[in-house]
Amino acid sequence: MQEVRRVISVIAMNESSVLARVSGLFAGRGYNIESLTVAPIPKSDLSRFTIVTKGNAKVIEQITKQLNKLISTLKVIEHEEMVEKEMVLIKFSANESLADIKALCSAYNGGIVNAGENSVIAMIADESKRIEYFLSAAQKYNPLEIVRGGVVAIER
Amino acid sequence: MKMSGAQMVCEALIAEGVTTVFGYPGGAIMNVYDAIYKQDGFEHILTRHEQAAVHAADGYARATGKVGVAMVTSGPGFTNAVTGIATAFTDSIPLVVISGQVPLSLIGTDGFQEIDAVGISRPCTKHNYLVASLEELPRIMKEAFYIAASGRPGPVLVDIPKDITAEMGEFVYPKEVYMPTYRPRYKGNDRQIKKAVEAILDAKKPLLYLGGGVVLSNASGLVKELAALAQIPAVETLMARGVMGHENPLLLGMLGMHGNYSSNMAMSETDLIISLGARFDDRVTGKLSEFAKYADVIHVDIDPANIGKLVDVDYPIVGSITDVLEKMISLLKHSVKPDRYQAWREILARYNELHPLKYDDSDDVLKPQWVVQRVGEILGKDAIITSDVGQHQMWTAQFYPFERPRQWINSGGLGTMGFGFPAAIGAKRGVPEKIVVNFTGDGSILMNMQELITAAEYNIPVINIILNNHFLGMVRQWQTFFYDKRYSETDLSFQPNFKALAEACGGIGYDVTTKKEFDEALKDAVKQNKVCFMNVAINRFENVLPMVPTGGALYNMLLEHKDK
Repeated sequence: MQEVRRVISVIAMNESSVLARVSGLFAGRGYNIESLTVAPIPKSDLSRFTIVTKGNAKVIEQITKQLNKLISTLKVIEHEEMVEKEMVLIKFSANESLADIKALCSAYNGGIVNAGENSVIAMIADESKRIEYFLSAAQKYNPLEIVRGGVVAIER
Repeated sequence: MKMSGAQMVCEALIAEGVTTVFGYPGGAIMNVYDAIYKQDGFEHILTRHEQAAVHAADGYARATGKVGVAMVTSGPGFTNAVTGIATAFTDSIPLVVISGQVPLSLIGTDGFQEIDAVGISRPCTKHNYLVASLEELPRIMKEAFYIAASGRPGPVLVDIPKDITAEMGEFVYPKEVYMPTYRPRYKGNDRQIKKAVEAILDAKKPLLYLGGGVVLSNASGLVKELAALAQIPAVETLMARGVMGHENPLLLGMLGMHGNYSSNMAMSETDLIISLGARFDDRVTGKLSEFAKYADVIHVDIDPANIGKLVDVDYPIVGSITDVLEKMISLLKHSVKPDRYQAWREILARYNELHPLKYDDSDDVLKPQWVVQRVGEILGKDAIITSDVGQHQMWTAQFYPFERPRQWINSGGLGTMGFGFPAAIGAKRGVPEKIVVNFTGDGSILMNMQELITAAEYNIPVINIILNNHFLGMVRQWQTFFYDKRYSETDLSFQPNFKALAEACGGIGYDVTTKKEFDEALKDAVKQNKVCFMNVAINRFENVLPMVPTGGALYNMLLEHKDK
């Protein structure tokens, strides 16, 4: 069976150790986590997890079923029609060509968010695939540090 | 009413109808034990090891159908309990385990007897709680019992810091649980059930595949009704022994690695599996790609995650077996022709004649199969039978004439040696009017033999029949078959005097080497009504047969083993 990439959202009680329940399930059953993003849902006692995983159809089905089975889980969404974004922060030396970096960032819906004596920091938010393109294009400007934020997604 | 957290624990147990708690005190749980001392709503059985406390609660739950309760202290008390918890988890047994924890202010400081109990038990509990305040204690106790017993049952751990059990507060026990995130589904989908019934009517070779879920949901009456109505043959997993009753003509026997020939052939040739509360375990299926190649699958399970996990399912039905079967039976009642599957039943009967379950009896040495059969002849349906894990477990599952569900108690999923004796203690406490026999081996019994003291102190007369081959028998069998007889660390010739050991702990011991001695010993053991060790010398190199070698197809059974 062919492996596919899937984005899954889990809405669960925002209580202690719920993150461990979710991540422990993946570790214990040998499922992949490519990225995991978690934050409380405003004005509720719930948290939302966005998990990017890989597996064949059978594995993905088990992942959603096992996630549903957790007592703390309210809802599991296996995304199909979604808007998906990932954020990346990237630091360059101030000696690089700032104009070029700025132009590159704006091509990916981003820009420079901080500039200091020695370095500048840019931020991009885009689809994971486009983040990859951006990062490979940015190599030319010798990035000093890259921080990826993990995927968040919302169903259309 | 104002009371301490410790009292709240006791009051909650009483409110849940708990009459017996198995446990072992220690520092972090002492407040609760002080409250236990002052109450008379339930009894506490002091086992001599925390693992045994949980197994005893487990045996109690399996025998009675109620939630079993165990109590342990923090740190090593809890870690000792983990094997018991995992055993219950794998077999979906409803337990509430209460553990003490260091005070809130010490959590995370590597305090004395501190261990992350919820962290360790997360993968082997259905759910677990670290109580963070006194206010939430009553609600958590209520939820723990609800979660343990509902849906697919399982163990729930409630870990309570010591300062919370000392704190005083108002006790109001909730009447109901409010858990929007946990709603087990009991009602099967009507359309799916209808489709499944049509598949049964279309099938030529349907087969009922019965698992432990039938026992857990008390559905054996309905299962027998369905089987009788449609005249569909049935196979039982290790966990479902007793569901059909051994004299039921539709029962082929146990399937799987040590299943009988006709059961495994039925599974290999069926065109429609009707799986009820079973989960296609690897010990049942053998090589998955060769498993039931010609069959469509109806899979009824209360746990959606079991469906489609290993085998592709054509008719998935999530729900309780009772609900689904009631609907199936009412649909089948007017449409099924019981003679439709006549030819299929005849084929299976011929398979059974060809290779029935058998063994070569001997007059020179006791055969374990004879011992099991003999106990069946003498005690039959009057006994509850527990077992440890290994050859004796398989011989018991194969040869004991089980008549009803909850008569057979064993660690099927996790395969925990040391389970049988404490589970028997729990079962006997839960169902005192039944004789309880634990079939065990000379390896397994040593893993919880300290429970002799418990059984003697509380006068819990469990009959332990040690099928003694001076080997770690099942591993030895594999070494004989697959490792060229390199008996690495399986020779248990150096062993205690079991008779004297039992006597030293206030029980009775028997040494048995002949059939006559066995009959006499069993008769005496029943009469004496005290805990006993019956040390039965059996044929050293007896093998469990038939056997499907690991990774082999279910239809490729070793039916006999000729020594080269």
